[in-house]
Amino acid sequence: MFLSEIFSDPAFSLVPWVVFFPLAGIILNLIFSRRWEEKLTALTACLAAGGSFVISLLLMLALTHHPEGATITLLEWINTGSLQINWAFRVDTLSVTMMLVVSGVGTLIHIYAAGYMHYDVRINGDPSRYSRFFIFFNLFILAMMLLVSADNYLMLFVGWEGVGLCSYLLIGFWFEKGADGIANARAAKKAFLVNRIGDVGLLIALFLMFWNFGSLQFDTVFARAPEVAAATPAVLLAMTLFMLLGVAGKSAQLPLYVWLPDAMAGPTPVSALIHAATMVTAGVYLVARSHTLYSLVPAAQTTVVWLGALTALFAATIAVAQNDIKKVLAYSTISQLGFMVAAVGMGAFTAGLFHLTTHAFFKALLFLAAGSVILGMEDVRKLDETNLSDSFHHSHVDPQDMTLMGGLRRKMPVTFWVYLMGALALAGIAPLAGFFSKDEILAAASQNGLLVFLVLLAAAFLTAFYMGRQLWLVFFGKPRSENAENARENTALIVLPLILLAGLTVLGGLLNFPGSLALEGWLEHTLGKGINGEFNSMVAGISLIVSITGLVTAWFVYSRYSGEIKKLDPLEDMFGAVFIGARNKWYVDELYHAIIVRPLEGLSQQLAQPVDQGLIDGIAVGFGSLTKAIAQSWRSIENGFVRSYALALLLGIVLIFSYLVIR
Amino acid sequence: MISGIHPLLLVTFFPLAGVLFITFFREEQKGAIRWTALITSLITFGLSLMVLAGFKTANPDIQMELRIPWVNISGLPIDFHAGIDGISLLMVLLTTLLSSVAILSTWTAVQDRVKSFMQVFLLLETGMLGVFISLDLVLFYIFWEFTLIPMYFLIGIWGGERRLYASFKFFLFTMAGSLIMLLAILYIGLTAHTFDWTELSQLWALFIPAQTWLFLAFALAFAIKVPMFPLHTWLPDAHVEAPTAGSVILAGVMLKMGAYGFLRFNLPLFPQAAVQLAPWMAVLAVIGIIYGALVAFAQKDVKKLVAYSSVSHMGFVMLGIFAFTPQALSGSVLQMVNHGISTGGLFLIVGMLYERRHTRLLADFGGLWKVVPILSALTLIVVLSSAGLPGTNGFIGEFTILLGSFGSSVLKSPWFGGLAALGVILAAVYLLTMFEKVFLGPISAEENLNLKDMSIREVFTLLPLIILIFWIGLYPAFFYSLINPTVEKLASTVLTAAQAVH
Repeated sequence: MFLSEIFSDPAFSLVPWVVFFPLAGIILNLIFSRRWEEKLTALTACLAAGGSFVISLLLMLALTHHPEGATITLLEWINTGSLQINWAFRVDTLSVTMMLVVSGVGTLIHIYAAGYMHYDVRINGDPSRYSRFFIFFNLFILAMMLLVSADNYLMLFVGWEGVGLCSYLLIGFWFEKGADGIANARAAKKAFLVNRIGDVGLLIALFLMFWNFGSLQFDTVFARAPEVAAATPAVLLAMTLFMLLGVAGKSAQLPLYVWLPDAMAGPTPVSALIHAATMVTAGVYLVARSHTLYSLVPAAQTTVVWLGALTALFAATIAVAQNDIKKVLAYSTISQLGFMVAAVGMGAFTAGLFHLTTHAFFKALLFLAAGSVILGMEDVRKLDETNLSDSFHHSHVDPQDMTLMGGLRRKMPVTFWVYLMGALALAGIAPLAGFFSKDEILAAASQNGLLVFLVLLAAAFLTAFYMGRQLWLVFFGKPRSENAENARENTALIVLPLILLAGLTVLGGLLNFPGSLALEGWLEHTLGKGINGEFNSMVAGISLIVSITGLVTAWFVYSRYSGEIKKLDPLEDMFGAVFIGARNKWYVDELYHAIIVRPLEGLSQQLAQPVDQGLIDGIAVGFGSLTKAIAQSWRSIENGFVRSYALALLLGIVLIFSYLVIR
Repeated sequence: MISGIHPLLLVTFFPLAGVLFITFFREEQKGAIRWTALITSLITFGLSLMVLAGFKTANPDIQMELRIPWVNISGLPIDFHAGIDGISLLMVLLTTLLSSVAILSTWTAVQDRVKSFMQVFLLLETGMLGVFISLDLVLFYIFWEFTLIPMYFLIGIWGGERRLYASFKFFLFTMAGSLIMLLAILYIGLTAHTFDWTELSQLWALFIPAQTWLFLAFALAFAIKVPMFPLHTWLPDAHVEAPTAGSVILAGVMLKMGAYGFLRFNLPLFPQAAVQLAPWMAVLAVIGIIYGALVAFAQKDVKKLVAYSSVSHMGFVMLGIFAFTPQALSGSVLQMVNHGISTGGLFLIVGMLYERRHTRLLADFGGLWKVVPILSALTLIVVLSSAGLPGTNGFIGEFTILLGSFGSSVLKSPWFGGLAALGVILAAVYLLTMFEKVFLGPISAEENLNLKDMSIREVFTLLPLIILIFWIGLYPAFFYSLINPTVEKLASTVLTAAQAVH
């Protein structure tokens, strides 16, 4: 233990507790949850997440006095040769910002889940999994906190793969459900494997880092970066690009984004917390954390920008054509992550992190509100009446299908208003949070290059359009199914976090309000002076016009979409094959299946049977048979006559001696 | 405690006391026999901890040496020369721990000829411990060959349907390699007039003319045991037919004997050959990593899948050994322990599944998490350790091996580490596929609806392994304190010797 060190502010030494609190929650629930009621289980988990939040707040307060932060070493971890890595926590404005987002939004979603999962476990027929959910959820907070509070890349990597594990466990939470009973488990595996491809990229970046910088500790690496950049720029380029592969995996960017839409198989609080607000932003955090490295390699920066911008546009085109309420939000998340990645690529770190924060608010809000809609469509009141998990057979209507919704504005008024708030924020309507943060990114893009700016602007237009489409399909018009007809508002435990998040969505823009730029000043302590996406009234005007145009266009198109189920989507009428392509996600999953999954399966079959059991085993066994055959032919020598043995012995001795002499 | 007897002798031969004791029981007294065997193995484990207590971790040299003159063939002595360094001590600890765990796993699985089973098993334990403490080539060879016999019987008598074929194949494969090693040992003895490891490691310059051949002769025996691609095809057969306890020991300890042989003999005795041939060995190691993983992915039998995963995992160990950086070497030693834990654990789990369902086909399972939650949760931990998830032991080993080989000055190319890293992805592919097919999805077979979850005894068999998974994964300082000094000395002697000649 090294905790006896003196820090500029004693609060800094509390930082390991951001991990210990969720750990305590896990342990308590592991031991006691069998005996506990649901409420106690949920309360423990919420307090664990809340404890992390309180610590994060204390750290923030300490940082306002001592913005230089501190590094707190807890334990030695790996120590071999010149490789020395500790469990060490870093407190600076960047890490604490992430901690606040993760634990703050995390706590709210824990509270929401306390209510949501009560119904979810009964709808799915296994109430015993309630406590398992909260153990996994606390584990996620633990891993995510490790990720953002690490002082070296390897500890970051522990969190990095740890959140991947939690994602796996929670996507596959209902592992016996989904198409054919296996779809959820498959989605979980897909998420883990696609992420692992990215993780290996990150690992290789770490190898390069170690052999060129001699360390994986942030400060040491950053201090030596200029030297290495001058001596061997190619190494730094390779390192940053391999790291980018990890970013593409975790933050669902091209070409590794394919796992995120499938990840919606997890319960809705999971989609909100892990697959929208926090885990998927880890890639953005990684680039921001490594800003020193990226700033030294312009080619890598350009790659990052384009990766983000193209992902933003590409995912938005798919979002337009989805009918599943959560799938739209999933592609929207990919698209918004593209905005953030592009921003940090341009060097507009504050803008990227600002958008990360506001997105965490409004996208969590949207997902949770979508969960509220789904519960409404499931008609959970019937569940309360029967109160028997086994006898509850929920209708076979897909509660996530937007074509079956409609008119929910009147049935679920609170949900509607908060959803509207989130949707408008996402669309970028002033003065909601999303307007300011997206605008800063667009402003930075306008300085970066016209083409990038236009691509992002197109993505912004599509964003407004698909959110308009969603609002219309879900909340307006007439109910298009019996379930929509019978939908009712949810209980307070579910609605309350929605209202709080809606508040954050409305006020989040103040964090970095033009003029005050509080976040920017705050982050400058860690990130230095980046490119400032300064408020540009020209750009702001353009983006506002684009957003409003998007919403209005959606309005025009979908107001004609009357009540019938199975009626052709108006866009399909207009665009035909293009729309079908977008609805089928441009067939990327099919493509990957054909060029990666199937060849891999084929190869492994070939190796297992003809090669391993045939060829390789055949040669080995063949040696055996050959020996046997030779032995058979030599059996005549072994004739039982002592004289012939003596002769053989003599021959042998002669041979050995002649060898020794000749040698 | 038992004063006067050297601790290494005590720990190595204590299992024989159990063998003797068990002879006094009648065949029907199964419970008493099992308890005797278990207590014997637990005491042996305790004795190995006493050895640990007397071991000075900072000292990189051989410690607790014991030399008893034994045979003398016209001036060529063969001594009972034993001693340990950090590497062999870890192997001894692994052996004694896994032996206890394996014996505990046979409680209900072995019902037939329990008496002979336990005797053979304890004999095997002595043999394996002997391998790890021997510092005389002939003594080593005797222990090395001796382990074959009990394992041959374990597979041949208590094995599955094709047990005779498998045990015979196992015997012939390993024997073929060993005989060539014996020739090399004789050559060394005749050239250097000693079989003593300590002396030989000073005399390595004597073998320079023949070192490539000597290296290959030893390497063949060890590579078959590890097993390295393409000499691995005995392994799946042996594992599939072996009883659970046999598989645990085979994978957990006996494969390590191969890797240990490389570290103990090939590197210090033939340093230049080791350095010269390192890229070739590394090529085979990397092929083994990827090939083993791909073949594992195609398996329909869980046990075969785990067997091929061993080929892949031991590939990492071999890559680390022949990278010669301290990180990679220490990673290899740690990975030897890790593989014993995670693959041993997987075999235990396969055994538990088999006891319940009498099948090992993936297709017969599915959805088990719903029925046996405790077994599923513990399996997941072991699977993740095997897949090298950070926070578990597997990560520390694989990461340091890959990192060390990436920048190795002997391999001179990042491609070895880079390609081997693909094995990390593939490990997740086949392990998670296995987990999905057994534990996730709907319950497809009616027989699986009423399976029993783990018994207390079964939990206790897995528990030590689970503890080690997190201990090594989160705070491996103790293990590094054993490994680092020995490995650093090994790396520097080998590299100095190799450079001296160039």
